[in-house]
Amino acid sequence: MRGLSTLWMRFRRNRGAVAGAVTLGLVVAAALVGPLLYPVDPFDMVGQPAQPPSASFLLGTDVAGRDILAGILNGARISLLIGVLASLAATVVGVAFGALAGYYGGWVDDVLMRVTEFFLTIPSFVLAVVVVAIFQPSVVTVTAAIAVVSWPSVARLARGEFIAQRGRDYVQGCRAIGMPDWEIILLQIMPNALPPVIVVSSLMVATAILTESGLSFLGLGDPNLVSWGYMIGVARTVLRTSWWMSAIPGAMILVTVLAINLVGEGLNDALNPKLRKR
Amino acid sequence: MRQASLLFLVRRLLQIVPVVLAIVALNFFLLRMAPGDVADILAGQMGHATAEFTQQLRQEFGLDRPLYQQFFIYMGKLLTFDLGVSHLQQTPVIVLILDRLPATLILMLTSVVLAVALGVVLGVAAARREGTIADSLISVLALVVYATPAFWLGLMLIVLFSIKLDILPSGGMIQIGAGLKGAAYALDVAWHLILPAATLALFYVAIYTRLMRASMLEVYGLDFIVTARAKGLSETAIAWTHALRNALLPVVTLAGVQFGHLLGGSILVETVFGWPGLGRLVFDALLQRDLNLLLGILFVSSAVVVSANLVVDLIYGLLDPRIVHK
Amino acid sequence: MSAPVLAVDGLTVEFRTALGTVRAVDDLSFTIGEGETVAIVGESGSGKSTVALALLRLVPDPPGRIVAGRVRLDRQDLLTLDDAEIRKVRGRRMAMIFQDPMMALNPVYTVERQIGEVLRLHLGLPRQQVFDQVVELLRLVGVPAPEDRARQYPHNLSGGMRQRVMIAMALACKPRLLIADEPTTALDVTVQAQVLELIQELKSRLGMAVLLITHDLSIVAETAHRVIVMYTGRKVEEGATAEIFADPRHPYTGGLLGAAKWEENEGNELREIPGAVPSPFDMPRGCSFAPRCAVALARCREHAPALADVAPGRPVRCFVAQEAAR
Ligand SMILES: Nc1ncnc2c1ncn2[C@@H]1O[C@H](COP(=O)(O)OP(=O)(O)O)[C@@H](O)[C@H]1O
Ligand SMILES: [Mg+2]
Repeated sequence: MRGLSTLWMRFRRNRGAVAGAVTLGLVVAAALVGPLLYPVDPFDMVGQPAQPPSASFLLGTDVAGRDILAGILNGARISLLIGVLASLAATVVGVAFGALAGYYGGWVDDVLMRVTEFFLTIPSFVLAVVVVAIFQPSVVTVTAAIAVVSWPSVARLARGEFIAQRGRDYVQGCRAIGMPDWEIILLQIMPNALPPVIVVSSLMVATAILTESGLSFLGLGDPNLVSWGYMIGVARTVLRTSWWMSAIPGAMILVTVLAINLVGEGLNDALNPKLRKR
Repeated sequence: MRQASLLFLVRRLLQIVPVVLAIVALNFFLLRMAPGDVADILAGQMGHATAEFTQQLRQEFGLDRPLYQQFFIYMGKLLTFDLGVSHLQQTPVIVLILDRLPATLILMLTSVVLAVALGVVLGVAAARREGTIADSLISVLALVVYATPAFWLGLMLIVLFSIKLDILPSGGMIQIGAGLKGAAYALDVAWHLILPAATLALFYVAIYTRLMRASMLEVYGLDFIVTARAKGLSETAIAWTHALRNALLPVVTLAGVQFGHLLGGSILVETVFGWPGLGRLVFDALLQRDLNLLLGILFVSSAVVVSANLVVDLIYGLLDPRIVHK
Repeated sequence: MSAPVLAVDGLTVEFRTALGTVRAVDDLSFTIGEGETVAIVGESGSGKSTVALALLRLVPDPPGRIVAGRVRLDRQDLLTLDDAEIRKVRGRRMAMIFQDPMMALNPVYTVERQIGEVLRLHLGLPRQQVFDQVVELLRLVGVPAPEDRARQYPHNLSGGMRQRVMIAMALACKPRLLIADEPTTALDVTVQAQVLELIQELKSRLGMAVLLITHDLSIVAETAHRVIVMYTGRKVEEGATAEIFADPRHPYTGGLLGAAKWEENEGNELREIPGAVPSPFDMPRGCSFAPRCAVALARCREHAPALADVAPGRPVRCFVAQEAAR
């Protein structure tokens, strides 16, 4: 556990990362307990439409008279949920691809990396749009679509780590004593290869949130759930008269994504102190 | 030398073949994944899902044949750009797409040029002032822009420049009904292009600024920079010749890699600004649940990205003399 | 006697690092006369490169700074010049070649461009004449087929050819002083001799002064008129080359000679100086060589010796040598 505490010490020295962590903590708290403390259904029409922020509706109401604050709190859940799930799924797939390609090399590597590069080449957002459109929008399909377009970068990184590790003495040793490949991959190399992957995965949560907001802005969100992108899409029609209605959920996306990026970079610096000097 | 370049080009072109095949396969797969079989979907989309029409389609697509034959038939169609018919306007998909493609390309190219130019200037400026307030300011701005959803940024720019200040058009590509011709027309398009291009470019400005800064700092640590100083060159000359030319290489690589990403951003930005490109077409196709049109757009936009990557590789070869000989 | 080409007086250079301040060059004085070759010799880390960079005012700042001393080139004090003025000295009146010609040349520019740059900058040669002049210079430094080579990139050339290109670049403006920092260390043994010979020959052809920096005493014998031996940033001994070789007074010089002789007849660790250069953050209190010195006295560990002549023109920084001479 000494490793973790030095990690924390390095992380703490980075002011941006700490600010990001605090902000992110607030967003997570809002997502977890917000809807409980403020139990207004974001789909209920609770007042006159398009009211600016006031004492009765802290963030105003939208074009259908729905409470924007309730939407923001519930939207935080969706954004974070999809962001984290998609990034987890992409990490699992990406690490699996990268580990196999990097560990075995040769034709396995060739085939897997061709597939990876292919997915890096095709326009990811278009693919996500098509996937969601074909399978109908829901939390599951949106998460899956984002994962489908996100895993290749993890695969490339994990492959590099595995290639770097596979020639090391301890791996040779494991082979020599006849340890099965899956055990070497999962129990021996994986712990060493994981730190940079964790950094990229945490940063990927931010990208996933941006992608989700874009999809739901286009109307490709789960129709039963309010999300920030959906709120912007709805508010867009009254941009001329009520610009704040689009501004608020967008600002939430910005703050959340910025916070995650700051934390990710802080993590990166803490894990690779050598690179910090520059 | 010339021969080597030609060889490189041919090899690079040959590398495209499997990519194109994979795109076809992906499209075929997605089409088959859609609920109902291809004929059902297409018939449904064309508005007359009668039994005999569906059967007719089934035969046309050879759905009674083995899977691999179906794939080859489908591939034949895609490779001849026969992307089927959109039920939207009862028009061949390829016609709809080709109609919109130029507007998207104009938007994307303008944004790329803008983003690379600004990113390079800001990145070089930040690197030369490493550790100063100006450097920190540029870095913070880049970080914030990097976290901003482009479509929302577009909306906010409309609020500021079109609604509040009223100095730029909020959407469209031309002033409707003005009937402009020639240079006046081009100018009008450029005028309408400012906001969408700026919106789309800003995210990439942030990326290229950060990358350029890091890349410049790395190059500044190399020996040939000391040589350049020992020759008597000024710091400005060194930054914009010896350092820049080397530092540019990773930026060009990234610009190529990100072309697909840019296309995604373009779809959202076009929706915001009513820019009549592929993005608008995607939006319309989604409203109508026109899968055939969506798949066609996926196919063509993939082809665009693959071609763009090829161009970027060629540019890279021009920038780095070592590349062809490796 | 005419004024020396280069006169260095009490030159002191410090690096401020996170771990503390390092004095890389400490109160160093020497002169180089017209047509003379002076060698600075010392193990890696003794501050030789820092001297070379300081002469051209190229010590990276931060972390480095010239904190004291005077450097005069043809009587002109270089340390008081402003940036524009010192740039006119660099590459024109004082030029430098580096250890690793692969790293010291810019990989993305042709040989012509890199040599021509100096000609245009300092001599204001018009473009048309630049190519001819570059070819002329390449011929001067013995590059075969200079017209073809001029159009090539560094990666097309062998290590020896690259170093010749570096030399051509340094000689482009016929400088008064050429600084060669380990010019042959990165080269094959056979090429080393050729390059040294070339520098010697050009020196007499152009009448320059040469400052040759090396960690390898063996290459000094046929090349230098005078030798300065450096250790931990300080001059520990100086003298005419023949005298240094025949009669080294400082134990460190003796150690270097021992190492050099052994390298000639198949290197062997036996004769290497025992121990290692002390860390700049943990300098011994007395003579910095005392911990490695076979003849060190108790006094050597307590007090740092000053430079004192043990014979006419033979300053040595060693109590034992000074004692013996008395
Ligand atoms: N850029 C630098 N930053 C910090 N210290 C430096 C730097 N360059 C040189 N030094 C210090 O100066 C000392 C002398 O280095 P150098 O002049 O390169 O020696 P030499 O050329 O004889 O091998 C080194 O021990 C190092 O500690
Ligand atoms: Mg050196």
